Amino acid sequence: MDVILFLVFAIIAVVCAINVVVQSHPISSAVSLIGVMGSLAILYLLLGAEFIAAAQVIVYAGAVMVLFIFVIMLLNAGTEVRKGRSLMVQVLGVPLLIALLGVLAFFVQRLYPRSTVHFGGFRGGSALAIGRALFTTYLLPFEITSILILIAILGAIVLARKELE
Amino acid sequence: MAEVPVSWFLTLSAVLFVLGVSGFLFRRNIITVFMSIELMLNAVNLTFITFAYQLKQVNGHLFAFFVMVVAAAEATVGLAIILTVFKNRSTLNIDDVNSMKN
Repeated sequence: MDVILFLVFAIIAVVCAINVVVQSHPISSAVSLIGVMGSLAILYLLLGAEFIAAAQVIVYAGAVMVLFIFVIMLLNAGTEVRKGRSLMVQVLGVPLLIALLGVLAFFVQRLYPRSTVHFGGFRGGSALAIGRALFTTYLLPFEITSILILIAILGAIVLARKELE
Repeated sequence: MAEVPVSWFLTLSAVLFVLGVSGFLFRRNIITVFMSIELMLNAVNLTFITFAYQLKQVNGHLFAFFVMVVAAAEATVGLAIILTVFKNRSTLNIDDVNSMKN
């Protein structure tokens, strides 16, 4: 059951991720990216991360992607024009990426040959556990994060406002 | 075999990361490049959650949470920058935004 769930949503995630890269219109890429994020949320649930799965759907698939789609529609972004690119990129790009993937997958298989995941094997991902860790061990990073968000809001307002004459 | 190997999750994360890198390198639309960065951050989050499961510790979830927060802040500022670039140059092609070259 776990294997079937994993395979179904892993395949959805990979297909949507490929779609993000190959689609020429930004809206199609954005919708595919929402598919990746949704299936990753299911995989987080499988790994016992309930809170992060909910945050993934609300923050990423909800807020961030709505922002992206707003900007795409606001700028009326059309299909991208493909220009000539350097010969080195055309020849070396894809083989080097496949080599990177191969090296990563090889070391992952070597380092973790026997450990397995089953649903319910880890129950420490509830909102209670996260909140407890967030407000004790990680209190300082949490507070610094609030300053970061404040700076981001100010930066976005300053960058996107209309110039005053 | 009823249980999923941990390495499958990590390999899926590697696949998503490499796809994000390829989108970042090969695409020319600045919004799609930005979405590829989000894809890479998602892949890293999956790694964090997988290791949190494997080590039976909640710390990985906290890291994923902070990555999410930083990604949201980054998306806000990045999209504001994209708006400004488009307002000034009327283009979304990153090859045309090269005034810092030379």
